[in-house]
Amino acid sequence: MPALTAEQIHQRLSAKFGDAIGPLSPPKKDPHFTIAPAKLLEVCRFLKSDPELAIDFLQDLTATDHPKDGVIKVVYHFYSYKHRHLFAAKVHADRANPELDSLDPVWKSANWMEREVFDLFGVSFKGHPDLRRVLLPEDWVGHPLRKDYSEAGGYRDISNVRDNPLDLYLNLDRMVKAQKPAPAPPAPAAAAPAAAKPAEPAKGA
Amino acid sequence: MALDQITMTKVSDRVLHQDLGEMVLNMGPQHPSTHGVINFIVHADGEVMKRAIPEVGYLHRAIEKIGEMVSYNGFMPYTDRVDYLAAMFANEGYAIAVEKLMNLQVPPRAHYLRAISCELNRIASHLISIGSMAMDIGAVTPFPYALRERESINDLIEALCGARLTYNYHRIGGVAFDMPDDWTPLCRKWMDHFDKVLDEWDRLISRNEIFLQRLAGLAVIPAEMAISYGLVGPNLRGSGVDFDLRRDHPYGAYPDFKFEVPVGKGHAGARAGGTAGDCFDRFYCRVLECRQSVAIVRQAIDKLPPGEFMAKVPKKIRPEAWSEAQSRIEAARGEMAYYVVSDGGERAYRVRARTGSYLAMGIIEDLSKGLMIADLVALIASLDVVAPEIDR
Repeated sequence: MPALTAEQIHQRLSAKFGDAIGPLSPPKKDPHFTIAPAKLLEVCRFLKSDPELAIDFLQDLTATDHPKDGVIKVVYHFYSYKHRHLFAAKVHADRANPELDSLDPVWKSANWMEREVFDLFGVSFKGHPDLRRVLLPEDWVGHPLRKDYSEAGGYRDISNVRDNPLDLYLNLDRMVKAQKPAPAPPAPAAAAPAAAKPAEPAKGA
Repeated sequence: MALDQITMTKVSDRVLHQDLGEMVLNMGPQHPSTHGVINFIVHADGEVMKRAIPEVGYLHRAIEKIGEMVSYNGFMPYTDRVDYLAAMFANEGYAIAVEKLMNLQVPPRAHYLRAISCELNRIASHLISIGSMAMDIGAVTPFPYALRERESINDLIEALCGARLTYNYHRIGGVAFDMPDDWTPLCRKWMDHFDKVLDEWDRLISRNEIFLQRLAGLAVIPAEMAISYGLVGPNLRGSGVDFDLRRDHPYGAYPDFKFEVPVGKGHAGARAGGTAGDCFDRFYCRVLECRQSVAIVRQAIDKLPPGEFMAKVPKKIRPEAWSEAQSRIEAARGEMAYYVVSDGGERAYRVRARTGSYLAMGIIEDLSKGLMIADLVALIASLDVVAPEIDR
């Protein structure tokens, strides 16, 4: 059986699941479509069991953050070793409370990739057997790959701000300049201390 | 903060959970056999493991976040740091993804130079893998033999691009430098020498009775399990899955080359108890792949087309807004996929690097049950994980 194109896969899924499958993206490079969050697990079980699709490999699972739309788009790349077709699907998770079904029961590779998305995007996965941070420490605050993430200023009293090594040279430059006599014309330079001098006794008094 | 508090918050209850009569052992993060900074929390009953839970992230450098902060061209040196043993592949994967976004045609000579540099890099990476695998299970001698050959490859690659580890050789639209005039004879000379080294390698270690007995039938990963856990590259082929992106979804210059795809089929032999998908198969697939890589480099040098090595690329790269592309390449540690999303600006909206080592870690917990602690060392070495590629 030949590999299906993204259009054919999209048609097949739309016929089966109707509104749960969004329209195919406009033809900008890689085509993709959306899956309704409520139907995700059901669609994925179908992807694996359907003989014409036979998706046996969850090739990639990642996310993109869209604060303006208030969604985190979780991106799934599916591949079939049997038919050699690849396609991408997205699931929109509510940014305020992102929660999706875990795909761990369908493909085991989802386990670690979902942990990564949980760690870096803060998307939680229902039914995941071991959902905890993977790359960052467990007490890390925030999810760095979100667009509005700002560094907390350090971690456990270790500052994330370092002195710029170039500052040393800049300071040296300033010191050298301070030691040198001012290159300005002598007349205003002499006038300035003269103006300052009478003020000093007044300050002391 | 007090030390006990740190321990309590760092490690979750699941990891610390301890049954009666069970020993919890920290293997790592600074352990010579973990190939970088990885921690394995081993729950063991005597010498037999109940499970080994990998704790990663010690080398997390937020490379994907950096990708959102620098220009498309500016990210190229960072890709070198994804996998320091096989930096060419990360270069190539990222370049292909952005070229796909820009609809850029790369000149044929650049494709060939990419293939040559990548295949040499694959040999170098596999040499480290097979050499350190022998060392991890107690045979120290082969490792310097492998390193010696890798040095020669480093010399060749240095002549090509000026660097020995972080190559930064590929560019969006081609490669950075053309091949030096006297490079091909040097490369041919080394490859003729390397053919003999591979024969020697088989005599020295691959057909060594102790080595065979140690690895045959150990930590068998059946094909279905390998696919489900997302193993790629030599780990997948070691389980008998006949799949190679260079042959099945060819990119760059690969449609022009003839080569075989070695798969695991119990290479250790029935007498030693070899099973398809055991540690020896994963090891031996890499040895066989070295031969195929040499064959590819030979063909590429013979057929190297003249012409430009770099396409005309606009100074500021701005792909169409909200377009996205994924590149898939066969790296030394298996399928590497870069997923790049553009919002129309000069910087990528999202750069994602899918690496082979990260998912290879996912299989360890379920595979380690019932293995001896010493076998965990062989298992990690056979999966050929590299810590920076896990953590990115």
